[in-house]
Amino acid sequence: MDHSSDIRATFFQECEELVEALNDGLNEIDETIEDGLAEPETVNAVFRAVHSIKGGAGAFKLETLVRFAHHFETTLDALRAGRIQPDAALLLLFHRAADHLSDLLAAARDGVDPDPEGGAELISLLAALTGADEEESSEGEAEDFGFVPLTLSFESEPAATGSGCYEILFSPTRALYANGHDPSVLFRVLGDLGQVKARLDRSRLPAFAALDWQESWLDWTLTLTTDEPEHQIDEVFEFVDGLCTLEIRALDEAPPGLPLLPDPEPAVTVDAEPRPQAPPPKPRPPEGEDSAEKKAAAPRATVRVELDRVDRLINVVGELVINQAMLSQCVQDAGIPTRSAVRSGLDDFKSLAREIQESVMAIRAQAIKPLFQRMSRIAREASDIAGKQVRLVTEGEATEVDKTVIERLADPLTHMIRNAVDHGIEPAEARRAAGKPETGCITLSAAHRSGRVLIEVADDGGGINRPKVKQIAAGKGLIAQDAELSDAEIDMLLFLPGFSTSTVVSDLSGRGVGMDVVKSAIQALGGRVSISSTPGQGTVFSISLPLTLAVLDGMVVDVAGQTMVVPITAIVETLRPQPQDVHFLGSGAQVVTIRGAFVPIIDLGAAFGHRPPVRDFSQRVLMLVENEQQRQCALVVDAIFDQRQVVIKGMENGYGRIPGIAAATILGDGRIALIIDPDEAVGNVSGLGDP
Amino acid sequence: MTLTVLAIDDSRTIRELLKEALLQAGFEVHLAIDGLDGLEKLEGLAPDVVITDINMPRMDGFGFIKAVRDKGTHSALPIIVLTTESAADLKARAREAGATAWIVKPFDEVKLVSALRRVTAA
Repeated sequence: MDHSSDIRATFFQECEELVEALNDGLNEIDETIEDGLAEPETVNAVFRAVHSIKGGAGAFKLETLVRFAHHFETTLDALRAGRIQPDAALLLLFHRAADHLSDLLAAARDGVDPDPEGGAELISLLAALTGADEEESSEGEAEDFGFVPLTLSFESEPAATGSGCYEILFSPTRALYANGHDPSVLFRVLGDLGQVKARLDRSRLPAFAALDWQESWLDWTLTLTTDEPEHQIDEVFEFVDGLCTLEIRALDEAPPGLPLLPDPEPAVTVDAEPRPQAPPPKPRPPEGEDSAEKKAAAPRATVRVELDRVDRLINVVGELVINQAMLSQCVQDAGIPTRSAVRSGLDDFKSLAREIQESVMAIRAQAIKPLFQRMSRIAREASDIAGKQVRLVTEGEATEVDKTVIERLADPLTHMIRNAVDHGIEPAEARRAAGKPETGCITLSAAHRSGRVLIEVADDGGGINRPKVKQIAAGKGLIAQDAELSDAEIDMLLFLPGFSTSTVVSDLSGRGVGMDVVKSAIQALGGRVSISSTPGQGTVFSISLPLTLAVLDGMVVDVAGQTMVVPITAIVETLRPQPQDVHFLGSGAQVVTIRGAFVPIIDLGAAFGHRPPVRDFSQRVLMLVENEQQRQCALVVDAIFDQRQVVIKGMENGYGRIPGIAAATILGDGRIALIIDPDEAVGNVSGLGDP
Repeated sequence: MTLTVLAIDDSRTIRELLKEALLQAGFEVHLAIDGLDGLEKLEGLAPDVVITDINMPRMDGFGFIKAVRDKGTHSALPIIVLTTESAADLKARAREAGATAWIVKPFDEVKLVSALRRVTAA
């Protein structure tokens, strides 16, 4: 089938959503677990997710997946039916099963053979819970999932046994027709079993005038000669049971030319329950108004589009913004008055372009939730290995972030979570001794804050052991033995390349990947990472990211004849300093007093090597910028041209990372301007930024 | 004559598989994502046959079948249950609700189509 690969892609995409729903449901059950109760709606949703994965996997003959999903589903069904009680251990098993299911899906998608070991262990654990299914779960019966390739109620596999002749009296009620049945169809199916003769009895049919067209007036007497066993006949009529009067009796010999009259005592009556050994009925959750209301949120209509197309659109819109800026420049250069139609038309154009751009950016934005869900798993695995009890709480999962940012955030975040489990949370004894609950808590949160996305990983562990950090840094020659460092400066040592506090290389964090890698990954996204830690209470790592990687609002400034852009989000205020406010320090450094506080001055022109440091600020502007730690510094610029939206053009591919420069942009007049990274500028003052 | 089929399943994958198989067989195909959606779609439609899943959010297959039979606007409409379940009690429930037949997933395209042609007596 031409479309099979498309449908396959749909399947894996849908499974991603189902795994998300599955994890959501399990987390929800986690929250109510203390009462020993699980919301039936939630259990049902979890069950349905696994069930749907199984159904789809079956269609693609992914047998390992079907097999595992089947066992998972069976155990969930037992929970749903109240045969097993939810507790923390069960939920942990379910979480692990969900993780394994997601691994199997990934393996199936990539065409890799899944690891059979993990599955076997989980399957035996799951099967042990349902008891009754233990035999079914034995290795030998891998094929038996309780499905038959196809059983249509009236379509039967031929069987070798039995040979005989049957007379069937068939008298439909009106309900049989109402349920979509058609006697002729039944007869034809019966014909598959052998030779059928039908005789119509229309003796009950009234005169046309008295005819109720919806009523059933016709009866049939059928004779069937077949080699099939009798239960095959029952199966043909399985779905009309209760909708007709049916009598089946075996005849001793082949029928004579004329069918016999019906016997007053029918020999066989079709049993309403063809399989009495069926499992007990599964109670369903109540389908009351309330629950229906709650779940009635119909999925929003969506269109799936290839990412390439979106990116192409974003690129073109980026060009549009540049083009609009160029046009504005031309109009201004041409001296067209502000109140002209051209100007006002151009203003409309500008706001429209901006609106288009924001809408396009929104297409790329996605909720951060799937990423957070992955982190739940990381935390679970990490705490297993570390032998610690850790709970991961997530907040702000609905926060929308650019898709690329989400993708590229996975690795650093994984490392930070592992780090928090490994180094942040203390062992249980230490926690007990400190009067804390034994189970450590890591909070992973996301929020929009002033045009950026703030992601925090907070643990309630022992906080950073600063004397130890300093000692290690000194031992490794990262700082001077006698260096005087503030607490914040000591914390930032964690981000230095080659720093690792773990004396033993542990299974988790000590894989040669340090926090420096985390920092550079975040920086590559235009983000910043910072630490705050309180001894005995825990540590918070904060990541601040731009909403989009494509545009930013910037202040276009002149620095020693160079046009540069300072991101608006970093700018606190601009000021023209009075000479008496500027102070010169011995080392050649300068500070400015702003409302009683001393703020270091950075002359961008000098920092980038365009000119020697200036000492006269009377004709210049100080631009007060702030980094994530609320540390400020004043950038010296010669003039401010304009505030505008600029399209970010990365330079790292061509030039590598340039300290102090975040990226470049193309201005309205076609010139290239560098975008300043204010955080690094501030960091440089502290002496701890990148060299 | 082109047969019109309404197929109801909450799984996008199954919907697409059904759609593909049924289009290939020359049916006119309409899709719905759950029982409620199925009922709504049925409003303006006179399909020759309906295929429905059982386990769906908002309104399951039983609820859908019962609602169709209770409304009576589409009486004599064959409704085929297509599900991974094969438990007898579920079959019995479907029958009581008014299902016309029961097919177990994963379905074989050829057999599905022949089953559809059968129930519609086409």
